Amino acid sequence: MTDERSGIVRDGLAVGLATGLYGVSFGAIGVASGLSVLQTCVLSLLMFTGASQFAFVGVVAAGGAPVSGAATALLLGTRNTLYGLRMAPLLGWRGWRRAAAAHVLIDESTAMSVNRGTRAEARLGFASTGLSVFVLWNLATAIGAVGGQILGDPRTYGLDAAVGAAFLALLWPRLDVRSNQVVGLVAAAVALVLVPLTAAGWPVLAAGGVALLAGVLTRGTTDPTEVPGPGDVAGGHH
Amino acid sequence: MWTAILLACVGCYALKLAGLSLPARVLAHPVVERVADLIPVALLAALVAVQVWSTGPDLEVDARTAGLAFAVVALLLRAPFLVVVIGAAAVAALVRAL
Repeated sequence: MTDERSGIVRDGLAVGLATGLYGVSFGAIGVASGLSVLQTCVLSLLMFTGASQFAFVGVVAAGGAPVSGAATALLLGTRNTLYGLRMAPLLGWRGWRRAAAAHVLIDESTAMSVNRGTRAEARLGFASTGLSVFVLWNLATAIGAVGGQILGDPRTYGLDAAVGAAFLALLWPRLDVRSNQVVGLVAAAVALVLVPLTAAGWPVLAAGGVALLAGVLTRGTTDPTEVPGPGDVAGGHH
Repeated sequence: MWTAILLACVGCYALKLAGLSLPARVLAHPVVERVADLIPVALLAALVAVQVWSTGPDLEVDARTAGLAFAVVALLLRAPFLVVVIGAAAVAALVRAL
């Protein structure tokens, strides 16, 4: 393996380690939200897209119907579709390889392969990052879930505050644009106004309507869809 | 609960596979792209607000706000994810214990 290629794999493993570790917090928050250890682990195994997983357990923890948790998770999952549209011509995979690649199509694997010079390097960056995040994220989820269950009442350890912090950390890299800051503030305000008025789960879904409205109203401004770069990923090179 | 979990899992996978399978022009409309870009921003911001300032149907300011304040400072200092999350939990737990 050339230096270039082993460097790509090393970066992928580093991102996998950094990202995978915070699977511990997902596992702990999952059981704190009222899911069983098995349900929490299944989310990491099968859903495998961090923001959607946190959203699902967050809505359930707030007392929302599981189905509104699912709807929020799906809305957040739509950004993976955009990554896929960008990655498909770069990766050029078909058949079972494409089906397998789809499962590990997430922020990190996209970020670590979108800027590679050749198809071989893009594939290597995608596969090494996707696989290492998958393995470590699932191991860490299981550890966090079992540990969280042993610890008992999550409020004693401030785990309920950890959920808000986790969402803020996921949101943070997207706040570098003024228009996104405005949308974020309006969405948060709309959600808070709706909390006493609607069933749990709806305030967050209504915030999705803010995104829809803002996207339509800002027609004409140039704001190309952003795909995360290596600098946006924990453990990536800055 | 299981039904919602499995539906969401299947749906999230379908969204990923669709991205790798559909021709790129499907979502090429600028409004669609912008909305898709703003959805994570709006949802994550709303999730922060609801998680930190609501308890059931009530709005409430408690120890979680202190945890969030820590998170903001940690993020401004470019702290890693785990430090942000665990630190926020520790601060909230500390405030509660006082």
